[in-house]
Amino acid sequence: MTHGFLTKNPSVLIFLGLLALFTLTVTLLSNAYGVEVISTSMVKTLGKTLCLCLIALAMDLVWGYMGILSLGHFAFFGLGGYMIGMWLMVARTREIVLASATGLPMTPQELNDAIATQIFGVVGTSQMPAIWAFAGSLPAQLALVVLVPGLLALGFGWLAFRSRVTGVYLSILTQAMTLALALYLYQNDSGLRGNNGLSGLQNIPGLDWAGQDRLSVWFLWASALALGLGYLACAFTVSGKFGSVMRAIRDDEARVRFLGYPVEGYKLFVFTLTALIAAIAGALYYPQAGIINPAEIAPIASIYLAVWVAIGGRGRLWGAVIGAAFVSMVSTWFTGGRAPDLNLAIYTVKWVDWWQVLLGLSFVSVTLFAPKGLSGLVDLLAGLRPPQRRGAPLGPDDGALMEQEARQ
Amino acid sequence: MTELLEVSGISVSFDGFRAINNLSFSIGPAELRAVIGPNGAGKTTFMDIVTGKTRPDEGRVLWGERSIDLLKLDEAQIARQGVGRKFQRPTVFEDQTVAENLMMALKAHRSPWRVLVWKPKAADHARVEALAVQVGLGEALARKSGELSHGQKQWLEIGMLLAQEPRLLLVDEPAAGMTLAEREQTTALLVELAKTHAVVVVEHDMEFVRRLNCKVTVLHEGSVLAEGSLDHVTANQQVIEVYLGR
Repeated sequence: MTHGFLTKNPSVLIFLGLLALFTLTVTLLSNAYGVEVISTSMVKTLGKTLCLCLIALAMDLVWGYMGILSLGHFAFFGLGGYMIGMWLMVARTREIVLASATGLPMTPQELNDAIATQIFGVVGTSQMPAIWAFAGSLPAQLALVVLVPGLLALGFGWLAFRSRVTGVYLSILTQAMTLALALYLYQNDSGLRGNNGLSGLQNIPGLDWAGQDRLSVWFLWASALALGLGYLACAFTVSGKFGSVMRAIRDDEARVRFLGYPVEGYKLFVFTLTALIAAIAGALYYPQAGIINPAEIAPIASIYLAVWVAIGGRGRLWGAVIGAAFVSMVSTWFTGGRAPDLNLAIYTVKWVDWWQVLLGLSFVSVTLFAPKGLSGLVDLLAGLRPPQRRGAPLGPDDGALMEQEARQ
Repeated sequence: MTELLEVSGISVSFDGFRAINNLSFSIGPAELRAVIGPNGAGKTTFMDIVTGKTRPDEGRVLWGERSIDLLKLDEAQIARQGVGRKFQRPTVFEDQTVAENLMMALKAHRSPWRVLVWKPKAADHARVEALAVQVGLGEALARKSGELSHGQKQWLEIGMLLAQEPRLLLVDEPAAGMTLAEREQTTALLVELAKTHAVVVVEHDMEFVRRLNCKVTVLHEGSVLAEGSLDHVTANQQVIEVYLGR
């Protein structure tokens, strides 16, 4: 089965090969396992970028292939991060408390109280909130990484799709969802430390001996593995009849209903599946970032996600990956203050301030002039230019592929 | 003979305008029926109601041997019951190949889980190919359906309709945009299908209806004005006034 699948989708093998090559190169250039060319913080940035590529894959699945412009997928990404962060904080704090304990061994009650005081001192309480009930157990929190975002997506999607909300109204609903979640988490009594968020997540309990040098490379491997598996899963989903139905729903969902396909069920399936992918990406991202707070799931984050996928080229998986990697890396460079100022005679362009303007302009130009985004460049090189049919949409629904976009 | 589809006393209004007014209609499991009527007579709305796109304000729509109430089902469920529809404007998935279009329409499980793990077997490929040949697209299997001519899209849609293996076919103006030869081919296909299926053809073109040589239902202002053979209804004074007389 896999054999036929890979021969029919040669781009999967190319992608996996390049990903492996990238991971190997970074490892060999890292501080821990190589010639110490790439700094540990750079390894972390690259690892985080791989996680962003993974959530971009999810976005491409739900938007590029299915036509649902979700502007709320970072809510699932953030929730995944929060769920793993809870275990990291509790386990880490337990280590600290035990290490600093003197005298008689503590009772379990005393230990728990000490942990709670340490974690929740910043929000003025020493009570462990009820939602931290499983935070002491790694398997339980790992299960919650997929369960909590998955159930949120399932519930939200069921309500939204059942009432046949589509197009821009659905996008607004998803924005409202992620905004509501962010505002809720900002409150101190939400039980997740309000705007302080969870911090110190880069210290993995029990792995102090390894040091950040090695940990950063391990997380890079884990992120690359997740991205590779995610790519395989997405490629499998969009190939074959399921992918056919997805693209059909994007172009003309009413017609798909008359073929007997339960359109709402498909939307719910894909929305929830991509929420799970986003959650796993988040759970790998935040231990590398070290801190998570409610600002991470502000509405703007999910809008950036749509921009990455649009710039990379929606409707093909590797386009989304290229977009996320390229834009987030360039963004790091511009906002990191390392880009040289542009000295015009009357005004000095500081990229830290002007980067967003540049990003906005690129988004608008890509939408207007190059709907296939960066991945269109690869087509140009390969001589795969589509025939110049002037663009009527291929279906009546919002987000239907334009004729110009449709590949020969 | 028991009826396959039984529509009784349905009415529907849009913003106070009565598109369908106390309409009753029934068709047997192997019958060809032409529905004619002037613009605005409610032909398309009638199809919308049967396929679940529009909900009537009152009336009943019963289906099959077990008299299933179609008004309780949504579009996809009705389609899975065996109601297939061909639209007036050809609606195929233009971004996908002819083979993909047909494969999607092929009768099979429709739920997401089943479709995700579904693999086309040799028999499915053979069926798709046979269907493509039947509608004259045997050479075009790998082409994007968006590249096809208008007439070919019509044929592809007919092919998709056949692939669904419905028990009732609702066909909206099949002859629109077809050449004379293609019309004759379409007529032959519809007459052949009606030996084993229920086929409802909505048509403007009297010449085409005459060639179908079947029972005719004349709609006017949302209800049935006359029913019978073409000669019978064209002799009806009311029909002449509202439709044929001009």
